[in-house]
Amino acid sequence: MQNYKHSVSLDMDKCKGCTTCLKRCPTEAIRIRDGHAIINPVRCIDCGECIRVCPYKAKKAVHDSLADMKDFKITVALPAPSLYGQFDNMTSIDYIIDGLYKLGFDYVFEVACAAEMVSQYTRMYLNRPDVKKPVISSACPAITRIINMNYPFLSEQIMPILPPIDVAAKLARDRAVADHPELDSSEIGVFFISPCPAKASYVKNGFAGDKNNVDRVVSIRDVYFKLIDVMKHEEYPEKGADSGMVGIGWAATGGESSAVFNDRYLAADGIENCIRVLEQIDNEDFTDLDFIELNACSGGCVGGTMTVANAYIAQARLQSLKRYLPVSPNRPKDKEIPAEYFTDFDVEYDAGLSLSSDRNEAMRMMADIQSITASLPGLDCGSCGAPTCMAFAEDIVKNETNANECTIIMRELFHECLDQRKAKELTDKIGQNIRKNGEDGEKIN
Amino acid sequence: MSENVTFHFDVDGENFSSAGEASVLVKKKLRQLGFSPEIIRRVSIAMYEGEINMVIHANGGSADVTVTDEDIVITLADKGPGIPDVSLAMQEGFSTARDNIRALGFGAGMGLPNMKKYTDTMEIDTVLGVGTTITMTVKHK
Repeated sequence: MQNYKHSVSLDMDKCKGCTTCLKRCPTEAIRIRDGHAIINPVRCIDCGECIRVCPYKAKKAVHDSLADMKDFKITVALPAPSLYGQFDNMTSIDYIIDGLYKLGFDYVFEVACAAEMVSQYTRMYLNRPDVKKPVISSACPAITRIINMNYPFLSEQIMPILPPIDVAAKLARDRAVADHPELDSSEIGVFFISPCPAKASYVKNGFAGDKNNVDRVVSIRDVYFKLIDVMKHEEYPEKGADSGMVGIGWAATGGESSAVFNDRYLAADGIENCIRVLEQIDNEDFTDLDFIELNACSGGCVGGTMTVANAYIAQARLQSLKRYLPVSPNRPKDKEIPAEYFTDFDVEYDAGLSLSSDRNEAMRMMADIQSITASLPGLDCGSCGAPTCMAFAEDIVKNETNANECTIIMRELFHECLDQRKAKELTDKIGQNIRKNGEDGEKIN
Repeated sequence: MSENVTFHFDVDGENFSSAGEASVLVKKKLRQLGFSPEIIRRVSIAMYEGEINMVIHANGGSADVTVTDEDIVITLADKGPGIPDVSLAMQEGFSTARDNIRALGFGAGMGLPNMKKYTDTMEIDTVLGVGTTITMTVKHK
């Protein structure tokens, strides 16, 4: 995991080294060093929380540019269903699909259509007698990453079926290749229009393995402003959307679960809430569930940091957009889940959090962490650059910082010095008086 | 040979929603010490069940986890009512939890049996009206 490519960047000029992201990072991946935030790549799960909370807008999501369309002979747009909830006064998704064609894409393949297929495969998968329940959704990459990092026993419960983005990319590429046998597959560019940077990392790190068919990940925000310019609503578009209620529902929390058509499910969102759910499931509490949907962003994908609209407003818009659509027009007829839609990558338990590969050394370090933590003020103020006093103690023991960075202890020392200095001034003064009084030949009180 | 390391936690009996926090922290500590996921899971489940028990029956208590060269010792001590019949309490499905606790999804009568199942040794020292101390070990060598 050392070479993991992340999708969060920092604008050094804008970062003031405040402690906002430090305190909010769910995996304690951030430290403030030399007045700036730095991210530990081993711990970062790309949830985007730091981007969301940064008061100075110094944290940015890293994604590709639409300008890259010129690098390909044929381009395919894969709009995430969350895109549809971004627009005010939108009466039909058809305008958005048409807008994407107007932006120059040769094909538009809705991720929502693939989501309906995945919903069908999920239902089939849950009916298998040998499946360990609860099955955890594979859709949110920040969630699958934190599971692989912190809950190795739950890894095997992640649904081994490709998430909608990969199914959409495969089908879209297959269609473009079939229509253009004269082109090499590398001349076809598949662009995912994404609500979040976690999806960008997912693609960049090749988590879908050989099954990755996405070439570029662009942000909903960038596409939004371009779409606003071309969607004129003058005449009703010829080419429209093919997705239904189920696929569009995936954009918000609960959509994926409700499509399982089984009430033994749990749907949670917000990374902190998801972590609490994972902790409890990991302790084998809560076992009578069939399916668990976890979304790192509050509200689900509509809450992604590369979107424009407020998550809950987007969700309300989606509800009215999908109201009169068919339930699930993209249900595959397969009797079995096709082998090509299974994930084929094994997850390795990441022991990156251990203090030392030598147990005795780790024990010694742990003993030091315990005693240093006990000597710290316990305010968890973050001024030292670590999110908590305990994290600070860990950093001291790992030689990543030094004990002088604790401003509370330094303040106490400062006061002690002042007091000592005052005391010295006082004794000096008294001494002078003694000498003076001695010279005058008087008695001292 | 290295010195033992002990982690101490006070388990708050007033606050149901914080039950299980000690086991979360222990999990992190054991991960930092480089234990295998299997060992961590066993300690975590045993401790979690014990924590919940202390909150339900004994208005909280203390939890100490000591890591030695050979094993991980979990000591859960409370000043609760004590267990009148230990062998009955060890039976799967036996529970004296009140209805309001059951409504929260607890009280399935699997706490003590699970603690025994996931650990190598378990001793229950209980005195009616005085309290209960449960000592469990998970061998890691």
